Amino acid sequence: MTRRVVVTGLGVVTPVGNDVPTFWESLLSGKSGIREIDRFDTTDYPTKIAGLVTDFQPERYIDKKEIRHMDLFTQYAVCAAHEAVEHSGLQITDENRDRIGVYIGSGIGGIGTTLSNYRVLLERGPKRVSPFLVPMMISDMAAGQVSIDFGLRGPNSAPVSACATGSHAIGDAFKLIQRGAADAMVAGGAEAAVVDIALAGFSNMKALSTRNDDPTRASRPFDKDRDGFVMGEGAGILVLEDLEFAQRRGANILAEIVGYGMSGDAYHVTAPAPDGDGAVRVMSAAIADAGIELTDIDYINAHGTSTEFNDRIETLAVKRLFGEHAYKLAMSSIKSMTGHLLGAAGGVEGVACVLTLKNGIIPPTTNYETPDPECDLDYVPNTARKCDVRYVMSNSFGFGGHNAALIFKKYEQ
Amino acid sequence: MANDTFDRVKKIIVDRLSVDEDKVTMEATFKDDLGADSLDIVELIMELEDEFDLEISDEDAEKISTVGDVVTYISAHQE
Repeated sequence: MTRRVVVTGLGVVTPVGNDVPTFWESLLSGKSGIREIDRFDTTDYPTKIAGLVTDFQPERYIDKKEIRHMDLFTQYAVCAAHEAVEHSGLQITDENRDRIGVYIGSGIGGIGTTLSNYRVLLERGPKRVSPFLVPMMISDMAAGQVSIDFGLRGPNSAPVSACATGSHAIGDAFKLIQRGAADAMVAGGAEAAVVDIALAGFSNMKALSTRNDDPTRASRPFDKDRDGFVMGEGAGILVLEDLEFAQRRGANILAEIVGYGMSGDAYHVTAPAPDGDGAVRVMSAAIADAGIELTDIDYINAHGTSTEFNDRIETLAVKRLFGEHAYKLAMSSIKSMTGHLLGAAGGVEGVACVLTLKNGIIPPTTNYETPDPECDLDYVPNTARKCDVRYVMSNSFGFGGHNAALIFKKYEQ
Repeated sequence: MANDTFDRVKKIIVDRLSVDEDKVTMEATFKDDLGADSLDIVELIMELEDEFDLEISDEDAEKISTVGDVVTYISAHQE
């Protein structure tokens, strides 16, 4: 019999709150974290807004010297991991530390550190490039740093699959526990890519919203007037455990994770396959992995980026796979409030899924004003909805055609 | 002169290594007493080179083990 895997701890750093209670309250009240970028001069940029983390206090968990030697994405991951581990009540000891691991990915890694050192290189030459550049910029360092902080010596790695990174990390960690390679995992995603060059790159792809005069209404997934995604940043971390391991220590179980699907589009570097094929197959794979029926899914936490392409094709894929049931299930995108956290998106959305199951409330898609005939599902428009939810699916699709879907279930004995 | 150099070195060490001022003595070793790893030491040497406008060769840097070594080196190379 395969091992059951449960979620026992949650942690976040997001544009709508730097801890789980604040984050959840913001999602339920429809609060936006999108604001004008004040970290660099955006005069020449078509997009001047992003979902920014504010009032971040890394010194709560990280030594002052260490803060300077961690890129922001790693600081976000470490702080979210501290909240998640504390929340789980998991005591890490010499007896269990070799069986507890860390999977935390980042889509882009330490791009801020890379750039600031590149400026030093150009202005002052190679001898002034920081010896900490490499350990700060590499995308796996959030996973490395969290393991060092907690002394977690089990499986340790960091997937990179652009905007699907966080979901791949959670799914891969789930499978490790399920097959007995670890008893618990700290898993999720982190990102801090709101820097000039990344903003320029995404802008020039025409992927970003330019609704600069109305930041809080810029991210509007599934709305007819959507004009692109809004960059976001932060981290979302879950503590996953083998059910029996969690029960033995009397853990408070928040939800169960029961399905994980992966697929590749094999179509284009950035555009999703036009018929939604990759999305259909990934959701189908997750449902098969969970061993449930299509009609068991009550809610989909959508990838829902607010781009013309994604929202239309994700909707099409849900309709192709679920048929009639597509119109019965609820589907919302919290990116309407947080912006798109890229490699951290799957992490924070995984946290939102667990909270949905635990509290019986679905967070809304905000800024949903004008229906798009091609997006005709129940997107839980603008107001959170009380509703008994048993199975939720979280979708994540990354540039490169990497797709991941997770299924969480309300915990039942 | 040496006192002034020591104070300036100490200030950088306190800031960079995040240690208490009273731990930074002439006898203190970077590795054991001040908790610096090899990357911290490379970074610290860059800072000192900037602060005192001199260049410390890799060979000389490798010989540095205590705060006193740094102060002596700087005093000898600053004229």
